[in-house]
Amino acid sequence: MKSAQEAKADQNYRATLMELLYQLADDDFIIAFRGSEWLGLAPHIEEDVAFSSINQDTMGHAAIYYQLLEDLGEGNADALAHGREASQRKNAVLLEEVNGPGHYLKKPLYDWAFTVVRHYFYAQAKKIRMESLKNSSYQPLADAAVKINMELYYHLLHWKTWFTQLATAKGEAPERMKNAIEKVSADMGGVLTLGPKGEEMAALGLIESEEVLTQRWNSEMEKVFAPLPMSLPAVKMKRGDGRSGVHTSDLDSALTTLSEVYKQDPVASW
Amino acid sequence: MSTTLSYDRLSEEEKHAHFMERIEKGDKIEADDWMPDDYRMTLIKLISMHGISEIMGALPEKEWVPKAPSLRRKLGIMAKVQDEMGHGQLLLRVAEDLMKPLGKTREEIMQDLFRGDLKFHNVFHMPAPTWGDAGLIGWLVDGAAIITQTNMLKASYGPYARALKRICAEEVFHAQHGEAIIMALAEGTEEQRPLIQDAIDRWWESLLMFFGPASASTTGASKQDTTIKYRIRTKTNEELRQDFLDKYIPRVLSLGLTIPDETLHYDKEKGQWVYRQPDWKKFKEIVRNNGPKSKDRLDLRITAYENNAWVREALSPDGAVV
Repeated sequence: MKSAQEAKADQNYRATLMELLYQLADDDFIIAFRGSEWLGLAPHIEEDVAFSSINQDTMGHAAIYYQLLEDLGEGNADALAHGREASQRKNAVLLEEVNGPGHYLKKPLYDWAFTVVRHYFYAQAKKIRMESLKNSSYQPLADAAVKINMELYYHLLHWKTWFTQLATAKGEAPERMKNAIEKVSADMGGVLTLGPKGEEMAALGLIESEEVLTQRWNSEMEKVFAPLPMSLPAVKMKRGDGRSGVHTSDLDSALTTLSEVYKQDPVASW
Repeated sequence: MSTTLSYDRLSEEEKHAHFMERIEKGDKIEADDWMPDDYRMTLIKLISMHGISEIMGALPEKEWVPKAPSLRRKLGIMAKVQDEMGHGQLLLRVAEDLMKPLGKTREEIMQDLFRGDLKFHNVFHMPAPTWGDAGLIGWLVDGAAIITQTNMLKASYGPYARALKRICAEEVFHAQHGEAIIMALAEGTEEQRPLIQDAIDRWWESLLMFFGPASASTTGASKQDTTIKYRIRTKTNEELRQDFLDKYIPRVLSLGLTIPDETLHYDKEKGQWVYRQPDWKKFKEIVRNNGPKSKDRLDLRITAYENNAWVREALSPDGAVV
């Protein structure tokens, strides 16, 4: 178990740890943003309340990871969240994708099926990751995982309920869900990967290997899909590896919004 | 049992007299209790408007949720809008219970909103073009809301009074969240400080309007007499506005800001603030959904409603696979 001070003294350990922390932070930061764009637009008011609570939790998780990076000497957490360019971001491409056509303030024709599938798949992957991180060799990250895991239990329950309910409903819901599952699976590989430094992360005991985690995710999915009238297509990384800095223009426009006020004066106190 | 039976035998007038007696001695009326029709209708109108205003009220701040300039501010505003949605839900549940004997549901509330028959609060028709507005909404709009809602904490209708108790407690945090944003800007750079003055200039008239006209003669309609008679509220619109001015004028001035009304002064003899009346004709137009942002915000909700029709279908009892 290493403390922040010990991690800072070990160059190689610190670099690999930071890689993992950036992935965790950037994933949550961008998916919390995509979720928050739904505010006032969810299928019913109860969902608006629940979803905005989940987004708030998730943004809180991102803030925890950015703080861990700050503690490792990476600079101010707000600057890490708001000041980095798209090419420096490590989030999965799937998580930056827009919710659908339109803008969050004008004619948002957002796709609820896509949102349910993306959030469910992501919450499941995140849950598996947290379980593994509880035993991380980096103590502050293991502590954070315990805290995050408690909230994640409810997120997962929430999305799993939506997922199975819509997948088994009458009407056009199952067809929409099938399409969404295909769309999400095509890029889900980008969420499951630990990126170019994945093997080193496992070797340093920061997290278990990508293979082990992916296998766990697959077996959870198999259980959920078994009674459903649809199957899980092969998971791919169609649009590239966000962990290596590959991103789409959706991330650029998201970052413009997310940092609009911050960039008016990055050194001011807001 | 015997009391219930005899109660059923009472004439409408006697029931009414008994009802008035109950509320005058401070009894709480519950959803299943007998109540006069105009009491029920007044509550439905008041509470559904309040509930829908909470929901529409999340929209001016929606723009600023992702744009909030730090992680802490992002979390703060996310928590606030989530609370607002929660208040909307809580209040709509109260309104739904009152509407039940009329055979109406939330669906009617939403349709009334879309058609423009159910109004939402004047402040939520206004633009919020800068981060300063996001701070000001929390500080002064929520501050004003605390004053009107505290006025109804002892409302004769129990379910509403209980909902308000929780809502007021959370609104206090919202006002603190807004105040914290305003303070940071007030102590900030030369570019940051004007954000507050601009926001005050933009919002002042709306804040005066927030409490409604002093009497029905101003705009041709006011429910305040009915709500006072039925012990739903205690103070008049003007008394509430004066409370707001008492509380906030010193705070605004202490930040070195000005209020865009050169006639504003305190009349010591009368013990009240004298201010320039807002344009009440404009107020009427705004709440008729002819405000600067009325259409955009309604459009957002209507688009979402139509776009999610398939989800409602899937969730309906007919939609679930047995």
